[in-house]
Amino acid sequence: MSAATWLVLGASSSIARAFALEAAGEGANVLLAGRDRDDLDRSAADIGIRHNVAVRVVDFDAEAVDSHDAFVTHCAGLAAEFGGGPLNVFLAFGLMPDQATIDRDPDQAQRTIQATYAGAVSVLHRLAPRMEAQGKGHVVVLGSVAGDRGRIKNYVYGSAKAGLHAYLQGLRARLFRAGVTVTTVKPGFIDTTMTWGMPGLFLVASPRDCARACLRYAAKGAEVRYFPAFWWIIMTIIRNIPEPIFKRLSI
Amino acid sequence: MTLTGWGRTSRAEVAACRPERAPAAVRMMGTRHDNGILAYGKGRSYGDAPLNGGGHTLLTERLNRMVSFDPSDGTLVCEAGVTFDDLLDAFLARGFLPPTSPGTAFATIGGAVANDIHGKNHDRAGSFGDHVLWLDLILPSGELVRVSPEERPELFAATIGGIGLTGVILNVCFRLRKVASASVVVRERRMPDLDAFMAGLAEARETAGYSVGWIDGMARGGELGRGILETAETADAGAGAVPAGAKKARAVPVDLPGFVLNPLSINLFNQAYYRRVPAEGRTRTLPVRQFFYPLDAIHHWNRIYGKRGFYQFQSVIPDAGAAQGMRRMLEAISDARAGSFLAVLKTLGGEGRGHLSFPMRGYTLALDFPRRDGVEDLLARLAAISLDQGGRVYLAKDAVLDAASFNRMYPKLGEFRAVLDSIDPERRMQSDMARRLNIRGHEGDRA
Repeated sequence: MSAATWLVLGASSSIARAFALEAAGEGANVLLAGRDRDDLDRSAADIGIRHNVAVRVVDFDAEAVDSHDAFVTHCAGLAAEFGGGPLNVFLAFGLMPDQATIDRDPDQAQRTIQATYAGAVSVLHRLAPRMEAQGKGHVVVLGSVAGDRGRIKNYVYGSAKAGLHAYLQGLRARLFRAGVTVTTVKPGFIDTTMTWGMPGLFLVASPRDCARACLRYAAKGAEVRYFPAFWWIIMTIIRNIPEPIFKRLSI
Repeated sequence: MTLTGWGRTSRAEVAACRPERAPAAVRMMGTRHDNGILAYGKGRSYGDAPLNGGGHTLLTERLNRMVSFDPSDGTLVCEAGVTFDDLLDAFLARGFLPPTSPGTAFATIGGAVANDIHGKNHDRAGSFGDHVLWLDLILPSGELVRVSPEERPELFAATIGGIGLTGVILNVCFRLRKVASASVVVRERRMPDLDAFMAGLAEARETAGYSVGWIDGMARGGELGRGILETAETADAGAGAVPAGAKKARAVPVDLPGFVLNPLSINLFNQAYYRRVPAEGRTRTLPVRQFFYPLDAIHHWNRIYGKRGFYQFQSVIPDAGAAQGMRRMLEAISDARAGSFLAVLKTLGGEGRGHLSFPMRGYTLALDFPRRDGVEDLLARLAAISLDQGGRVYLAKDAVLDAASFNRMYPKLGEFRAVLDSIDPERRMQSDMARRLNIRGHEGDRA
């Protein structure tokens, strides 16, 4: 059986890079997709040297939806070149300007939604027929605890992730019928560039542990998972705070 | 955030940045340097060499990509945050070993260059700097330059063993060593006293690929300097090869209370360690990791010394004065009842390529001391004996040396200062060690 190929979207992020390394460590080939070509080239070399698998870099811009058709065709072609194993998808991109920046410049709200939600839907919807056609494989998407409830500190990004969660519920049902799993992973605090230096973080998990968990969830065909798992408890509480109280909180 | 050396006697509050991509590291070097900046890898230096209290620290742990590898001759280019553990994971199965390796696989390649580390094969292979073909260095100005023995040789010599004071090392090109298997054949023999030990090491440096001695720091009188001599060769392909073994490690979960390590418990341990090797010696085939990194099997082993931490002392004494110097040091240690665990005695083959490289041809002794009252006096005494015999203290281990002694131990300090004065006149590169040892010299001094 040919090795699977993981298409990693937004591959420069801390978790995505860790994911690509871990997947390659299990013998999978890897396509690194993102905007920072230089960085992706370096990561590709790293993965290839460490794990002796096929790695290619593909330019990808979530906001440039016009390019997504060609991008998906190109990726499918590369996966076929690698030996025709199943194509899996790991989606890790998103744009999270801080809320104050968005409040000053509403155009940033548009961009956040474009990159985090619309871009994700655009590329996943183009990948979906190919996943159905291959009749197996895994899709893992990084959602966010921010999408569980709109909070004053982060509600534009949160709403984009909430939309994405809902989209994935539908996509999961559709691809389930074809034997493809769709997993939504909602990371809590992970030690990435996004969270580096933020005050008040606790029990921060490493990107590598998160990446390993994502691979595990995919293999099991899990639907929705928090990582670390205790975030399910925290978010259950937060989701259940009545709105009249919640609106007064500044969490 | 708070950073510490591995011995946890030195601590520093620093403003840290952690670039994940090379251009970000260059950018950060160009902008963050009020109160100085210094790179920090995995924190395996024991003292204050990697610390810059009150200033900036650039963490290199996420700059850990392998950039290129040529299997025909083992030439590897990697970022400075790659660890020896990463190298073994990637290359051991393909028949390559690091050219030389420190006692822990968790050290980074950047740290290996900055401390010009040596291993158990120094007589044969030299120190890490001897294997570096070139490196990319982010200068204190933020400029990225390539340095090698041919390109900017003075800056190269200052960077090898330069404890991070020439800038931040970004990429290192060096050659891995081709080996036939992932195992080593280790011969262990009891050495009844110091004279026998020195003679055993003198023979081993000529005949064995790797050699290291473990000395019972508590033994005295006629048993002074007794211990176990290990000599080893990498095993032939297939011949007696053993499985690499699972990388299962245990961890010390919390700081142990200070009383756990006392003269009695240490003495018992040292006795047991000596007697576990039969009187007639033994030969075993071991996985590479078990031979090179015995302590890596216990994560956070530094916690056994409790909250107060411990000092490590390591010095080298030239061949001529070594017998006398080692005896004087072991007597001082034994008299102080300072409770040293196993001490390590090795030979070194010659000078390194850096201005502040530690090695010289001679014998080197390394020991841990729990931090107790009075132990600083003992450390000063050991440094004085080393200096007296023409030796020097290893900066990667040091936390207590004084500036005057340092100055006398490192005769190329003047050349080192001259390089720093030219590339870093504003003294942006800073460290607690550099300040303690007055490594940069007083402003306006001309060495």
